[in-house]
Amino acid sequence: MTEQNVKLRISNMTKRYSNGDGVSNIDLEVKEGEIITLLGPSGCGKSTILRTIGGFIGVDQGEILIDGHPVQDLPPEKRPTAMVFQSYNLWPHMTIYDNLAFGLQIKKVPKKEIAARIDRMLQLVHMEGHEKKYPTQLSGGQQQRIAIARALLLEPSVLLLDEPFSALDAKIRAQMREELKRIQQALKITVVFVTHDQEEAMALSDRIVVMNKGAIEQIGGPTEIYDCPRTRYVASFIGEMNFLPGENGTEVAVRPEDIWLDDALDPEMNAVIRTIMPLGHYTRVGLEVGDHFLRAYVPKTDAASLRVDDNVALTFHKKYVYDENGGLLQ
Amino acid sequence: MKIPTPRSLYYGLGKANFIQYIIFAVFLLFFYLPLANLMMLAFGNKYEMPAVVPQEFGFKWWQFVLEQNSLISAIITSFVLAVIVTLVSLLICVPAAYALARFDFPGKSIFQFSFLFSNAFPKMGLYIAIAIVYYKLNLMGTWLGVILLHVINTMMFMTWIPMGAFRSVHRQQEESARDVGAGPFLTFMKITFPLALPGITVASIFTFLASIEEAQGTLMVGFPDIKTVPVELYGIIMQYPTTAGPVLSFILLIPALLILILGRKYISVDSISKGYNMH
Repeated sequence: MTEQNVKLRISNMTKRYSNGDGVSNIDLEVKEGEIITLLGPSGCGKSTILRTIGGFIGVDQGEILIDGHPVQDLPPEKRPTAMVFQSYNLWPHMTIYDNLAFGLQIKKVPKKEIAARIDRMLQLVHMEGHEKKYPTQLSGGQQQRIAIARALLLEPSVLLLDEPFSALDAKIRAQMREELKRIQQALKITVVFVTHDQEEAMALSDRIVVMNKGAIEQIGGPTEIYDCPRTRYVASFIGEMNFLPGENGTEVAVRPEDIWLDDALDPEMNAVIRTIMPLGHYTRVGLEVGDHFLRAYVPKTDAASLRVDDNVALTFHKKYVYDENGGLLQ
Repeated sequence: MKIPTPRSLYYGLGKANFIQYIIFAVFLLFFYLPLANLMMLAFGNKYEMPAVVPQEFGFKWWQFVLEQNSLISAIITSFVLAVIVTLVSLLICVPAAYALARFDFPGKSIFQFSFLFSNAFPKMGLYIAIAIVYYKLNLMGTWLGVILLHVINTMMFMTWIPMGAFRSVHRQQEESARDVGAGPFLTFMKITFPLALPGITVASIFTFLASIEEAQGTLMVGFPDIKTVPVELYGIIMQYPTTAGPVLSFILLIPALLILILGRKYISVDSISKGYNMH
């Protein structure tokens, strides 16, 4: 792997609101050309971090470096970042062209160059021919494309995206996700993306930052986060997970696809099948173990022989054990 | 063509519609009959009892009014005053409206309600109190005094309606502008102000019209040095022939009508009601 430059570095950053919400002691490095996602439920502080990078809120302590320069005391207009919000990005009293040109005019870019750059950018986001329209004449997805185009026209060091697709319907959202990935790879731009949708995070990111209650729980690639959740919280938040009480206050966690229903010599435990739901290429099986219910995903062919109320022996292909504080033991 | 009878209308329109039409017709009568009467008086050269319509139409009274120097100067005074009052009120109230819409500060709600105070008391009592202060400050009979009084009267519209307009501008729209490189002032001038302009226009129209028609306060603190048309109208009731009044009423109506026609794009229930929402 080649050595990549660090584009954005946040060190020991804290921002607390008067109501106690906020983030504490955040450390984060984003490499050049990387697309990193801040993932977590609402109120976990992911947007707070993004807004401190963009300059819309100040920090209580700590440093934010972009290209090695501290920016935490600069207003948004002086920062080399560009932001796309969830909605209301565009100015409804200006045409699409004027929306796109506004930032470049402030930067005193010559008229001809502005026109050429807007042309190229509209091609990139597949929105040619919409220059003379007003934002309200465009669909939600088209508006977000224009917002992304406007952000990219500024040639920012870091592109910040604050749940840009969550107001769109599912089909358009998936499409926009692919578009963004394509644009990001074409321009090799550094992106910090905020979302509460883990599927979106998994699909888009080089690395995911899982957040909980104003702190970072785990940073890693999508596969790493899924396969090695370092805390109980990450285990419960990412993907599906079964939890069973273990010994001495510990908890055992197993992914549904890691529960094997077979007659192994050394079964983990015995269970009774309660439900069988065929879901296409796999079957969801509900299992009762004592007072607990487990969910297992069984390949279609293996599920054919299963019947409700059957007794089965379970093997855990892979399991995680967490201590009472939620830390990973094994 | 057959003339519709009440019966055919009743069944043709349906009961609900028929009643609505009747109510609408009554409303029109109440609204436009006085105006029609005013017009007949203003354009009636000869109008003697017991005729319903003037015997002779013409511009006799218009000529009479326009020949009176005091009336012409009253018209000019009225318009100049209304323009100044609107501008001063804009300068004071738009920043206040923006602050109320965007920032939190101690005493905000009291500050917000203070703009309603001038409308919470009987006007005459308020003017008498103002007059007492004005005597001490030597503001009686001065332009400054009258302008201040009109501005105080219009502060409610000018703060509350633009405040609603500023609130309806989304924060992200301002933040986007900051993000692409505009400073706070440029953001306000290029984004926030244009987006709030419909509301500000409505407020300005109200202010202009309120200033044009204000009589009591101007009479109280401006008389006899500053005479606007409404003030002059009081005198006319005593001194001039009755038909000069309708002519002046018409002159007062013209700007109101013009402004309402020009501004009708902006004047909507929505833009006004937003201003009176409590958040």
